[in-house]
Amino acid sequence: MEPIIRVNNLTHTYSVGTPFERSAVDGLCMDVLPGEFLGIIGHTGSGKSTLIQHLNGLLKPTAGQILLDGRDIWENPKEIRKVRFQVGLVFQYPEYQLFEETVYKDIAFGPGNMGLSREEIDRRVRQAAAFVGLSEDMLEKSPFELSGGQKRRVAIAGVIAMEPKVLILDEPTAGLDPAGREKILSQLRAYHREKGTTILLVSHSMEEIAQNADRIVVLKGGKCLMSGTPREVFARAEELEEVGLDIPQVTKVALALRRRGLDIDGAVYTVEELKNALLRLKGGASHA
Amino acid sequence: MLKDITLGQFFPGNTLVHRLDPRTKLACVALYIVALFTAKSFLAYGVIAVVLLLSIRTSRVGWKALTRGLKPILIILVFTAAMNLFFNEGTPIADVWLLRRITWEGLERAVMMVLRIVMLIMGTFLVTYTTSPIRLTDGLEALLNPLKKLHLPVHELAMMMSIALRFIPTLIEETDKIMSAQKARGADFESGGIFQRARALVPILVPLFISAFRRADELATAMECRCYHGGEGRTKLHVLRYEKRDYAVMAGFALLVVAMIVMRRLGL
Amino acid sequence: MATMLETNNLTFYYPAEEGREATAAVKDVTLQIEKGSFVVVLGHNGSGKSTLAKHMNAVVLPSSGKVYVEGMDTCDEQLLLEIRRRVGMVFQNPDNQIVANVVEEDVAFAPENLGVDTDEIRRRVDAALEAVGMSEFARHAPHLLSGGQKQRIAIAGVIAMEPDCIVLDEATAMLDPAGRREVLSAVKRLNRERGITVVLITHHMNEAEDADRLLVMDHGQVAMDGTPRQVFARIAELKALGLTSPHTVELLSALNESGELLPLDAITVEECADAICRAFGGTVKE
Repeated sequence: MEPIIRVNNLTHTYSVGTPFERSAVDGLCMDVLPGEFLGIIGHTGSGKSTLIQHLNGLLKPTAGQILLDGRDIWENPKEIRKVRFQVGLVFQYPEYQLFEETVYKDIAFGPGNMGLSREEIDRRVRQAAAFVGLSEDMLEKSPFELSGGQKRRVAIAGVIAMEPKVLILDEPTAGLDPAGREKILSQLRAYHREKGTTILLVSHSMEEIAQNADRIVVLKGGKCLMSGTPREVFARAEELEEVGLDIPQVTKVALALRRRGLDIDGAVYTVEELKNALLRLKGGASHA
Repeated sequence: MLKDITLGQFFPGNTLVHRLDPRTKLACVALYIVALFTAKSFLAYGVIAVVLLLSIRTSRVGWKALTRGLKPILIILVFTAAMNLFFNEGTPIADVWLLRRITWEGLERAVMMVLRIVMLIMGTFLVTYTTSPIRLTDGLEALLNPLKKLHLPVHELAMMMSIALRFIPTLIEETDKIMSAQKARGADFESGGIFQRARALVPILVPLFISAFRRADELATAMECRCYHGGEGRTKLHVLRYEKRDYAVMAGFALLVVAMIVMRRLGL
Repeated sequence: MATMLETNNLTFYYPAEEGREATAAVKDVTLQIEKGSFVVVLGHNGSGKSTLAKHMNAVVLPSSGKVYVEGMDTCDEQLLLEIRRRVGMVFQNPDNQIVANVVEEDVAFAPENLGVDTDEIRRRVDAALEAVGMSEFARHAPHLLSGGQKQRIAIAGVIAMEPDCIVLDEATAMLDPAGRREVLSAVKRLNRERGITVVLITHHMNEAEDADRLLVMDHGQVAMDGTPRQVFARIAELKALGLTSPHTVELLSALNESGELLPLDAITVEECADAICRAFGGTVKE
């Protein structure tokens, strides 16, 4: 499959020529495939934030390219805004960017910048609001009257309403309680299912990534440390722990069981999987 | 663009310049400014420049950091230079086209004015770069202390100033973030007329103000939780005390002013 | 054991908004927190856990009922400074509680307010930074530090008051896993080595693992109260409150639903693996 986004030898150096000079991303190569739900994980300082700001042209590479549908996004710098409409980026704590008098107007800001017709904007605003579970009567409220979780969903709707081909979310669940986290993640899954949009989810939480992503990219020191399906990545759980990344608790239990001599697959990451593996083990033993 | 605003930035260090009492540095800046405005000849400027360069060397503040501070006032510099170049009576430089309008006297004044502004900015920046804002406000508070008798809220003003300085980098970072977030939604800050550009700032300013208010509110609570109750009965981690080096440096700068006055009298 | 904090029928209403009835953020809560204990308060957003926390050093005063800090009534204005000195508070956003541009001057802020002598401030600042492992950053600018480091500075700023209790009001919510670990281990050490009472408000269940006591708040009331083992075993109840148990407990419970008889009080990975091994074979590490 042709990648929708190809990151080709991307390097980004901050504060060139000062004592603070450092490369946040260093010769990074990776592909994003159309329609996939890709998880990106890494420490603070692994280059995640810098990487995603390149994908929609907010940052310009110091070296290397970002190819969107096979074309360098900086081919024509004047057209960079068009890239931003195709690659939607939801920042961390996006509720702090809300500014309009009503929820409706705030969601309409992105589509409005695209120069769409009023009817089209209206359709998109309502559809985006529905995707994130905002009811019609909320649209006329001031965004500042809403709860923290609701504000965040308004902000996400503001990016979804641009109907980007690729939707990138930086820690969309940061600071939320478990119920709020699950609400946003299930809405994202539904959106992915219904729209088929390519989604990039950046997170610190392995559990969150494991339960949502088809594929995971692990970043370390501005480079791609590993990539693959969750199973492939967690099969290298020990390596992940070595670089200080949290592996899912279930995977930890599986590894602890292996150390105790049980024949369990060390790459499981959901409660259900490990339960079934254990029951199979017991069943097999009793049949033998 | 925002990264160019260096006001309120502080580069920690342990050089003589860093260790001087903030009151000394404030007094020296005052003397240095008097000297700059007394200087009338290139020789005099040269003497001051030597003092400035020596101070910069001792402080180990990077040259780049200092020149970066000049960027925001580039327009003022160019404007000052142009005004002086073109609007001074005297002998024209040459008898061709534009050069007829430029006089030798104008050129001299332009160079001097630019030098004066550049040296003024660099000198004051050197102080803010080498003095932690808290020490700087401590210094100001101590120097202004006599005004408390006139019921001037000196402590409160000093506290406000130091908090403002503390939050400048945070708010700059925040502005950058909000700008990026709105750009990601297709906001355009670079094209359009003046009216359009001003309107494009709304999506930045509204969130910025809201967040500044939220921060102020949270900070006030946090300060109360740490037993802040005004300036009464407060003690200090760093008590200001003049050392020998302070007297020496201050005497040096006083000498500089005297030298400038003498040179001016002598027409040097 | 002596009581550090005590609430008696504590009720608190936020001022009613237009056209809306005031609902109680905290409703008739009576509880005691023992000196030297490590208490975690869990609850979803809006459960009243933060409001409860803010009563513990008189940032918020009760609408009715009483709050006592080591026997001192928080409503007594004469005692305000002493109460705040004894109960230090660390908040969610690290950027909004750091006052100064240099780490050590920020840590010195509280003792300066308390009128402590200069030499003693110096000693306390150094000791506080040492206690949170941030000594080498004493002369750094706080805005260049990581989130976890900033929160440790905030904790040091509170330690410098030599308090008997620290309340962390969702102080780990904005941190990444590494930052969270840093803050937790610093707090645990303070509790263990100096006997400082810790009240940790959070919605990350795994932070409750080592707590002496776990309180679960819901609708302004204490819905569950017990050791983490006791509380986490009540999986269904936690789910109903919008919270989850650690996956270790969920795994054991799922196995039980399939006919096993495992104890549900194994929270840590090692405990859980041991419990499974007892039923499924394999060597148990004691």
